[in-house]
Amino acid sequence: MSAGIELDNVCCDFDSFRAVDHVNVTIQPGEFFSFLGPSGCGKTTILRMISGFTDPTKGVIRIGGEDVLGQRPNQRPTALIFQNLALFPLMPIWENISFGLEVRGVDKATRRRKAEELLALVDLPDSADKMVSQLSGGQKQRVAIARALAVEPAVMLLDEPLSALDLKLRQHMRAELRAIQKRTGVTFIYITHDQGEALAMSDRVGVMSQGRLQQVSNPREIYNNPVNGFVASFVGENNIMVGEIGTRADGVAAFSTALGPFRARIAEGVTTGKLYVRPEFMTLSDKPGAENSVPVTLSEVAFEGNFISVHAVTEGGTTLMAEIRNDGTGALPQTGAAMHMAFDAKNAAILPDANVTRA
Amino acid sequence: MEQLYRRYGKGLTFMIVSLTAFWLLVLVILPDFKLLEASFRPYLPVVDIGGPKDTYSLGNYAQILGNPVDFSSFGLSFQIPARVKVFVLTIIYSGMVTLIAFLLAYPLCFYLAKVVSNRSLPTLFLLLFVPLWVSEVLRSFAWFIIMTLKGPLNAILMALGAIEKEIRWVDGYSPVVVTLVYAYVLFMVFPIYNSMQSLDNNQLEAAEDLGAPWWRVHWRIVLPHSKPGIASGSVMVFMLSAGSLLVPAIINSTTGNWFTQTIQGIMLEGQDWNTGAAFAFMLLLFCTVAVIAAMRLFRVSLSDIAR
Repeated sequence: MSAGIELDNVCCDFDSFRAVDHVNVTIQPGEFFSFLGPSGCGKTTILRMISGFTDPTKGVIRIGGEDVLGQRPNQRPTALIFQNLALFPLMPIWENISFGLEVRGVDKATRRRKAEELLALVDLPDSADKMVSQLSGGQKQRVAIARALAVEPAVMLLDEPLSALDLKLRQHMRAELRAIQKRTGVTFIYITHDQGEALAMSDRVGVMSQGRLQQVSNPREIYNNPVNGFVASFVGENNIMVGEIGTRADGVAAFSTALGPFRARIAEGVTTGKLYVRPEFMTLSDKPGAENSVPVTLSEVAFEGNFISVHAVTEGGTTLMAEIRNDGTGALPQTGAAMHMAFDAKNAAILPDANVTRA
Repeated sequence: MEQLYRRYGKGLTFMIVSLTAFWLLVLVILPDFKLLEASFRPYLPVVDIGGPKDTYSLGNYAQILGNPVDFSSFGLSFQIPARVKVFVLTIIYSGMVTLIAFLLAYPLCFYLAKVVSNRSLPTLFLLLFVPLWVSEVLRSFAWFIIMTLKGPLNAILMALGAIEKEIRWVDGYSPVVVTLVYAYVLFMVFPIYNSMQSLDNNQLEAAEDLGAPWWRVHWRIVLPHSKPGIASGSVMVFMLSAGSLLVPAIINSTTGNWFTQTIQGIMLEGQDWNTGAAFAFMLLLFCTVAVIAAMRLFRVSLSDIAR
């Protein structure tokens, strides 16, 4: 059983500080949804409001269509996985996992059986009688997931649960979490500041800044078509250029900057903004390109294996980044070489600044 | 030791170590051994000391069994030696003091450690500490005055119309228990507060999120976590209560005698240090046994308490 979640104009104030500002989003049953944003953007507050530890100042939260205002965390069909996991160190693993069942008055034999089933589900058999301190970071992670799944929640809430793990394990657990979510069909709401995590695991991502939801879309859309400058620069790298919007036609506008005139995509209704172009869309050449080309001096060339990272400085002192795919044959560009950096107008976008006006 | 030497040099280290050793050896261990030795020897006139009558025996210890009195409890009446009765009641009521102190301290500690904001914590602690600035003698007297026949407690109750006639509060063991709880409750509060404070708030929230009502959160999470603090607080309060002479002496409830008063009577009024020492060691031994038994019962180890 999984349930959808609606946040309807939800606000949350702490004294005079507005932590969450008019958030509207509908999360489908069985969806893997991530809230992505820098620390302090209000994403954890959203999670705490859904789980019931914090009350919204304004707005309605519905879980499975039902307004949950006034329901305590122990009455809601949600299970929260804490950032530090919050396993109970004085109980053996199986009691940790079956704690939710113990609360519901399930008898000991059933609890034990259920705990062992869940341990098998999270791929951690034979650990029922161990203590929490005997497990590694990744194993604790699985126990926390099993403990949350034990109460058969309609919605699982995960508060940066992978942040304490090392890189290798984190990548492994991403796939694992995704698999568990698919297997159980429970709605997952995932909080993270790690864009890679959000993009790799989620069905949809909501990017947040300063309490506001900036964009809600699937990961591809978020990366390829960010709606504003915040989303563009928070998710992935960007070269950002300041300038004036000129004449526009067919969704492409002229953009005059200190580096010269450029052309880039523009959405209807955008009147001011900056130009954003990702490093992987920059090309490097000896000759100037037909358009969107800047003469530069290479300041830093780093061979990363699958790509070559190039930092270059323009005459005016602006630094531009490029990532050139390693085709396995070409020689490395040399630091100090004078070259031309260029990009295609369809790969660049003129975007307005973030939507952070406080209500 | 090495650290001490490196930090303070030869002279100062020698002084610190030798003074500590002097205090432990000469002021604590030796007198205790002297008393222990004396407790096995009879109380004799000076001329007989070291003479043929001065032999080791358990005679002093056996004296506790003399002088039987009637005793009734739970509808049963039987005869029990007067001193054994006082001894047993001292242990029982000390346990009661410990229990009451725990019942008072636990919610207070939870409030201080988990509910109250960090900003008001110093003020609250100050309020807890202020009574400690007054000596224990005065605090015990204060309670004695509160509970006397014409004292403020009766006056207030009469003024409120709750009672018709003054109640004799200073009677039996309850005034002693009340004053002992007041005197030693902080020894329960601080260790429990310390252990509760180290409990991760997320654990409380996790338990609640998994559906636990508040009492189960306490029973399964907070209480087990604070067990070491509860244990050391209980040991302190129990030992201090059972060994307290000042409080029962000041409250002076004639029907609420403490075993320490018996010992004092023998040692000071009777000048019989040998029997007094024997009784004191019996009290020490029995309290230790009681503490160890309680620790076994609640599955606490000594290392938990030392934390």
